[in-house]
Amino acid sequence: MRLSGITKRFGSLLANDGISLDLAGAEVLALLGENGAGKSTLVSILFGHYVPDAGTIEAFGAPLPPGDPAAALAAGIGMVHQHFTLADNMSVLDNVMLGTEPWWRLHSQRRAARRRLMETAGRFGLAVNPDARVGALSVGERQRVEILKALFRDAKILILDEPTAVLTPQEAGGLFATLKELVRQGLSIIFISHKLPEVLRVSDRIAVLRDGKLIDVRDARHAGEAELAHLMVGREVAPPQVRPHAVGALVCELNDVAVGGADGLAGVSLALHAGEITAIAGVAGNGQQALADVLFGVVAPDRGTVRVDGRALPATPRAWIGAGVARIPEDRNAVGTIGDLPVWENAIAERHAGAFARHGFVRRRAARAYARRLVQRFDVRAGRGVDTPARALSGGNLQKLILGRALTGDGDEKIAHVPKLIVARQPTWGLDVGAVAFVHQQLLDACAHGAAVLLISEDLDEILFLADRIAVIHRGRLTEARPANAWTASAIGLAMAGSSATEHADAA
Amino acid sequence: MRLEARGQTARGWLIAAPFAAVAVTLAICSLFVAWAGAPLMPTYAAIFDGAFGSRFAWSETLTRATPLMLTGLAVAVAFRARLYNIGAEGQLYVGALAAVALGGIAEVASLPPILVFAGMLAAAMAAGALLLLVPALLRTRLGVDEVVTTLLLNFVALLFVSMMLDGPMKDPAAMGWPQSVSLPDTLQLPKLIERTRVHAGLLIALALAVLLWGLLKYSTFGFAARAVGANPRAAAFAGVRVERTMVIVALLSGALAGLAGAIEVMGRTGYVTLDMSPGYGYSGIVIAMLAGLSPLGVVLASLFVAGILVGADSMSRAVAVPTYIADVIVAVALLSMLVATVFARYRLRWS
Repeated sequence: MRLSGITKRFGSLLANDGISLDLAGAEVLALLGENGAGKSTLVSILFGHYVPDAGTIEAFGAPLPPGDPAAALAAGIGMVHQHFTLADNMSVLDNVMLGTEPWWRLHSQRRAARRRLMETAGRFGLAVNPDARVGALSVGERQRVEILKALFRDAKILILDEPTAVLTPQEAGGLFATLKELVRQGLSIIFISHKLPEVLRVSDRIAVLRDGKLIDVRDARHAGEAELAHLMVGREVAPPQVRPHAVGALVCELNDVAVGGADGLAGVSLALHAGEITAIAGVAGNGQQALADVLFGVVAPDRGTVRVDGRALPATPRAWIGAGVARIPEDRNAVGTIGDLPVWENAIAERHAGAFARHGFVRRRAARAYARRLVQRFDVRAGRGVDTPARALSGGNLQKLILGRALTGDGDEKIAHVPKLIVARQPTWGLDVGAVAFVHQQLLDACAHGAAVLLISEDLDEILFLADRIAVIHRGRLTEARPANAWTASAIGLAMAGSSATEHADAA
Repeated sequence: MRLEARGQTARGWLIAAPFAAVAVTLAICSLFVAWAGAPLMPTYAAIFDGAFGSRFAWSETLTRATPLMLTGLAVAVAFRARLYNIGAEGQLYVGALAAVALGGIAEVASLPPILVFAGMLAAAMAAGALLLLVPALLRTRLGVDEVVTTLLLNFVALLFVSMMLDGPMKDPAAMGWPQSVSLPDTLQLPKLIERTRVHAGLLIALALAVLLWGLLKYSTFGFAARAVGANPRAAAFAGVRVERTMVIVALLSGALAGLAGAIEVMGRTGYVTLDMSPGYGYSGIVIAMLAGLSPLGVVLASLFVAGILVGADSMSRAVAVPTYIADVIVAVALLSMLVATVFARYRLRWS
């Protein structure tokens, strides 16, 4: 396959700038780059989701019509999206067959399809039960179904978009073995990631993207992590400084908290102390959102108690904000900020009826002055300053705004405000390296100043870097929170996959 | 050709959009004028003349604009909080009926008029507010689409008014017509200009427009309403009481529409009939959209719509174009405005 001069613009953003790449047979080409570097745009163009503004794609010597996923499929390009595109309520076989049969055929050729599926699965060593309901499968198994779906359609080129993001370390290892087998049988793979170690491990060549441009293509055998990191980021980023912090008093205590629902909690107990970062590791969709929602004051637990400073708080955001809880939600656009409102109104949103209100009116002058200080201190880049609508901010700047709002409280500079408790859900998701370092530094600093920090993240590297104590969540249950140095990455991985917690306690 | 999102909408666009929409509307409606076989420029000139060409024309336009301002404000405040109140028409009628129900009782004549005035306005606002409270609670508690409920309640309200006017509230002196008793002269709003129909209701409407503008822009309630309208999930996360805000907005919106009915009765007609509103409630939607949901914009937009309605009346006497052209212009203006708001967020790209 050959890409030449692919260019794509979104408004004023140049997502892909004249990218030319070759993919040889039976090789793994990694697309490495930060979030927003243009990796996803490029593969979306490859697969026909987007029409490029300029440039052409050739597959096996024949030009590929732009913007036509069906043509991409027919040309042997298969894609495994980061967010799976499977129907949970159907069986594995149904999912694999979906869309492969013409609608006018009266009889579905299930028997033949089943035979072919088993054949394919056997050939590549991907064990599946064709009759299992997809909704009942683990994430790793679902990914296997996605890969099979592509292979069933005779894919010769497989595109994997951040495939390890949802996997435990063990599952990722299994995936890498599968990829090796696929390549051995002659398939080509495009592997998208921003994690250096795994890129070096699986790929033959590494294409580094930055700001929509192809920076370099390196041979994986002769590339080092530091060198790739520099290419990817394009500048030096000072790593966050970990300051010593002393563990203080108990700040927040959850006792046997249960929340209903598929992604709920089944009796979670946890104690959070001042000056300590406690992290919750886990595969996405195991109750993290419910746990965060309880601690954001958005959801009331069905059972159990939550106490902050020994006081049970009602499930209203106001009560939690008032109690000194800094809340950082996962979705910056849908939950964290109000896009149509300007930066300054977003900055005071949590206190519009509290510190920034007088006689039912918003203290605009004080609010704007506060917002200006916040923007300066947290380095929020906004075109028209505090009057810029929040929707015009980049993800990193939006996160700085949310962080600033949560961490500065009522904004009186004379009082060094430190929240009692910081609940951060995926605080660095989708941010570039510089912004990630900034967020980490803020969390570390707040902790050093005596805040209790709860970090709920699906990024294991982040957790291992920041956490003093780690607990693992699986199907709404939490393991004991143990000191970070008592865990190994593989022990965390096993707990993420749900092997019993006591077993590991014994092993440790 | 395709649409492409604008990163940021320039302020100028938001202000220019309604004017562009009106220009496009007049261009489109030229086709209808031509179809009616009338000369184009004289027709539009006649509409303008009939609306703003003389003291009398101005007075008629202002009279017509008064209830439109209030229904426009009612819709604008509701839409701001993303509560789609399509029921201003029904709220206007129950407001009018409530005002007359109180003011028409013979016994109140002995009370000081100022008290009765206040009572009538309060009754009308309460009636309108209650009529919108029901759909608002259905929406916040049960998730029932308020577009459907408020729209259908218009017919319920109108039939209820019809029942009252044909029954308990029928004026015995009206020779069988279904209309309410007339308000005594002491309970009618004073005229602002002699020998015209412009009445003090205009001042109330203007004052409320300014008040509402300030409320939305400066008050904590206004912040909550705008936040809920822009992103209810984020507003709830930040501690805005979404349900409470919605209910207050509903009460405010319904009260404004109910007030429109009371002021129309107390300022212009003097009694309630089933044809007292030529769709003021629905025109309020057009006005609110043309105004970009800004209370101050509502004042201008209601003058435009009132001018079209009044001007078309006098134009049809001079040129052979039916007055229905006014309805067409108002309707096309809404569609043009909706398209203009799309272009405020997106720009066209030719590829």
